[in-house]
Amino acid sequence: MTGIGKLTGKSEVLGRDICVSSEADVIVFFSVEMGSTNSTLSKIPNVEELMQETGFTPAHIVRLYDRFEALDKEKTGHLRPQDFGAINRLAMNPIGDRIIGAFFSPGQETVDFHSFVRILAHFRPADQKRPKDPSMPEPVNSRTSKLKFAFQLYDQDKDGKISRAELLQVLRSMLEMQVTEEQLESIADRTIQEADLDKDDAISFEEFRKSLEKVNIDHKMSIRFLR
Amino acid sequence: MPAFSCAFPGCRRDLLVIVLVVFVGIGLHIEASAPAYQSHGTEGSHLTNITNTKKAFPVLAVNYEHVRKPFEIALWILLALLMKLGFHLIPRLSAVVPESCLLIVVGLLVGGLIKVIGEEPPVLDSQLFFLCLLPPIILDAGYFLPIRPFTENVGTILVFAVIGTLWNAFFMGGLLYALCQIESVGLSGVDLLACLLFGSIVSAVDPVAVLAVFEEIHINELVHILVFGESLLNDAVTVVLYNLFEEFSKVGTVTVLDVFLGVVCFFVVSLGGVLVGAIYGFLAAFTSRFTSHTRVIEPLFVFLYSYMAYLSSEMFHLSGIMALIACGVVMRPYVEANISHKSYTTIKYFLKMWSSVSETLIFIFLGVSTVAGPHAWNWTFVITTVILCLVSRVLGVIGLTFIINKFRIVKLTKKDQFIVAYGGLRGAIAFSLGYLLSNSHQMRNLFLTAIITVIFFTVFVQGMTIRPLVELLAVKKKKESKPSINEEIHTEFLDHLLTGVEGVCGHYGHYHWKEKLNRFNKTYVKRWLIAGENFKEPELIAFYRKMELKQAIMMVESGQLPSVLPSTISMQNIQPRAIPRVSKKREEEIRRILRANLQNNKQKMRSRSYSRHTLFDADEEDNVSEVRLRKTKIEMERRMSHYLTVPANRESPRPGVRRVRFESDNQVFSADSFPTVHFEQPSPPSTPDAVSLEEEVPKRPRLKADIEGPRGNASDNRQGELDYQRLARCLSDPGPNKDKEDDDPFMSC
Repeated sequence: MTGIGKLTGKSEVLGRDICVSSEADVIVFFSVEMGSTNSTLSKIPNVEELMQETGFTPAHIVRLYDRFEALDKEKTGHLRPQDFGAINRLAMNPIGDRIIGAFFSPGQETVDFHSFVRILAHFRPADQKRPKDPSMPEPVNSRTSKLKFAFQLYDQDKDGKISRAELLQVLRSMLEMQVTEEQLESIADRTIQEADLDKDDAISFEEFRKSLEKVNIDHKMSIRFLR
Repeated sequence: MPAFSCAFPGCRRDLLVIVLVVFVGIGLHIEASAPAYQSHGTEGSHLTNITNTKKAFPVLAVNYEHVRKPFEIALWILLALLMKLGFHLIPRLSAVVPESCLLIVVGLLVGGLIKVIGEEPPVLDSQLFFLCLLPPIILDAGYFLPIRPFTENVGTILVFAVIGTLWNAFFMGGLLYALCQIESVGLSGVDLLACLLFGSIVSAVDPVAVLAVFEEIHINELVHILVFGESLLNDAVTVVLYNLFEEFSKVGTVTVLDVFLGVVCFFVVSLGGVLVGAIYGFLAAFTSRFTSHTRVIEPLFVFLYSYMAYLSSEMFHLSGIMALIACGVVMRPYVEANISHKSYTTIKYFLKMWSSVSETLIFIFLGVSTVAGPHAWNWTFVITTVILCLVSRVLGVIGLTFIINKFRIVKLTKKDQFIVAYGGLRGAIAFSLGYLLSNSHQMRNLFLTAIITVIFFTVFVQGMTIRPLVELLAVKKKKESKPSINEEIHTEFLDHLLTGVEGVCGHYGHYHWKEKLNRFNKTYVKRWLIAGENFKEPELIAFYRKMELKQAIMMVESGQLPSVLPSTISMQNIQPRAIPRVSKKREEEIRRILRANLQNNKQKMRSRSYSRHTLFDADEEDNVSEVRLRKTKIEMERRMSHYLTVPANRESPRPGVRRVRFESDNQVFSADSFPTVHFEQPSPPSTPDAVSLEEEVPKRPRLKADIEGPRGNASDNRQGELDYQRLARCLSDPGPNKDKEDDDPFMSC
């Protein structure tokens, strides 16, 4: 059975899961043995609740679990910052340290599988046909949640605003050594001025959201791997 | 807008008609009497030879034949442009009817007039069309192609272009063949290959028509790029199918090998075209690296390399359109980093101008050719063709969207699909391809008639009704807004974030490859193709600098910034006299003033209508309101006078204190005592620095000016004036012998 996209439910047949990334991409084939899926799922505590909360399918959970185990070199069941740091691509990334920091809740030294999945759930493509139920909590991969996640990466001190200093830090890390301090400050000034509507010299979440209203966040902040 | 105001309504229209009639009359009269003059000319010279002493020296002689061809060409172009002018003088008309329709009607009228006079109306020569009229339009489209939406949707676009066109061609060809088999139609002589050939000609969506119609309806970016991209990329398919079927219909039979070769040919044509275009693009980029001393010919390089790319690929029967697009896309980022601001404006201006003229001429000639061309009318065939066009397009779009939506993150809605289907207009390319058919095709005239009917139908009916339909269906319109530094920063941030998360997941996806491409570009490609030290400049900085420059220019032009005494500063004066350099702090202060000015007067972003032929953002003109202007001036004067009374040794606040409010920027006019300012020769890169960040980048040559002395206020005013003079000079036209000033890279709108 060849399936494109996600495998639904538990079938007893050897399956191939084709993962298609966005438009002009490499198609990666993952071969998933159904037998091992079940056994892997059973290893994870509270997996049903996790799937419910994040919206991942069993196949995704398994894939993420495999990745988690691959990262967890010492098999402790938790990831530490060093494990993340070992990923080459993160090390080269200008904001790699922030991304790693986002996985760790304040005060925690390790990340367990549940938190790992929860964070990654932000990057699932949004469900089109989700009924807007005001009583239910906002799903993790809605536009607002994604924006909030991005906002928190800027706002390191968690005061709900991106201050000028925080913005400067981000700019500095993105532009590395190529610009002077004055240039950075001018850009930061300009940025805040453009976005700051209530003139408090910082960017609040609403202002952040407003400045990105033209950008298709669903598209921009989704990884098709996690469909 | 129009200079003349009329006393009574409708006088403008009458005036226009009169002008038109006069013009056409002159043109036709001259054309008609051309042969007479020719014979007269030769006779005259003959006579003169024999009796050269008897005839008086001709004070005034007419020799039309000498200038005939250029004269006619110029006359046609002038007619086209006057028509275009006329339409915009009648706003009621141009709001309802798209320009392309009006132009075709004019063509019909002119063709009719010519026929009435008895002359042979000129037909749209395919050679002329493909080599002269089409390239400017495609280059304009390709050079200014919005890259981000294009690359985001390139898969969808390719599917529509390739599979959609194939589907259209075969569906139409097949069904028309089936139709011809029916006895009553009377076309039983038409074989399958001829029908398929016809199908392949008519099936391609035409970029010229799409551009002409879509630019007026301001549809949202996604749909626009889908239809437009499709119209550009289906050229490869059209070329292959056309050549294929033309070859086959000569031979008569098709084998499997031929089909296989056809598929291979498709890949060769499309990828070959792109490759040729990319090569020329890199050549152009490389050439532009060295043009810092000859700025005036920079635009020519862009045009010539692109045209060469087009011609070269046409030479090899590759897709010329794809070559042009590839050339424009590849060359743009590097060329734009190298050329001067003026060259950029020139390129933009010329491309828009040529493409506008081309488009006008194409539509007029289409009308004239309709009157001229040999026609063979067959009701059934023609009507069926039109209906089949619509049906196959709709079916194709729906079917393909169904499949594509499974792979897209942002799905195409029904409204989007409708506009994509309805916007599939046919145009002059189909006509020219049909015209190119050799006369050995027995059905040539019939095909031509059918093609023209389809074109008329799509342009008139679909073109006219698409605007009200868009309103009716409340399709999302284009949101035009100013480039925002916020968006740039956050988008780049998100790019990094997504790349990182992909890394965490162990997934080699979209962002990973994009990141790799960027890295490759930065380390290897930019080094070779960008002049000087610019290649190290991060994109964000370039973007920011361009924004600042653009707004500063806008400010000066709107008069907010008093551009003091530009008339007295002639080039002769500047050269012997050195320009006082200001310290870095002063630059910052000035910049902060500018920024504060701009921010305070900036209105909210509002959506503006986007026109292909608009050169600058329309925002610029009316962003400045009178009240704010006056307020700013008053504030400036207040501060100037405030500083004239400030004690001499008042310490200026540290630059670290950043207040973005205008009122508190109180160190702009801190003056230096005039005699201690060191004068230095003006340095080219630094003059625009007052509004850009260039002098801050350590790699650029910086003039060290030691401005010392107590901050007195005596020369306060004068220094401020000098600053403004410098600013004004750098932003005004420096003139030909100061071309070094244009060293700074330009900005993109």
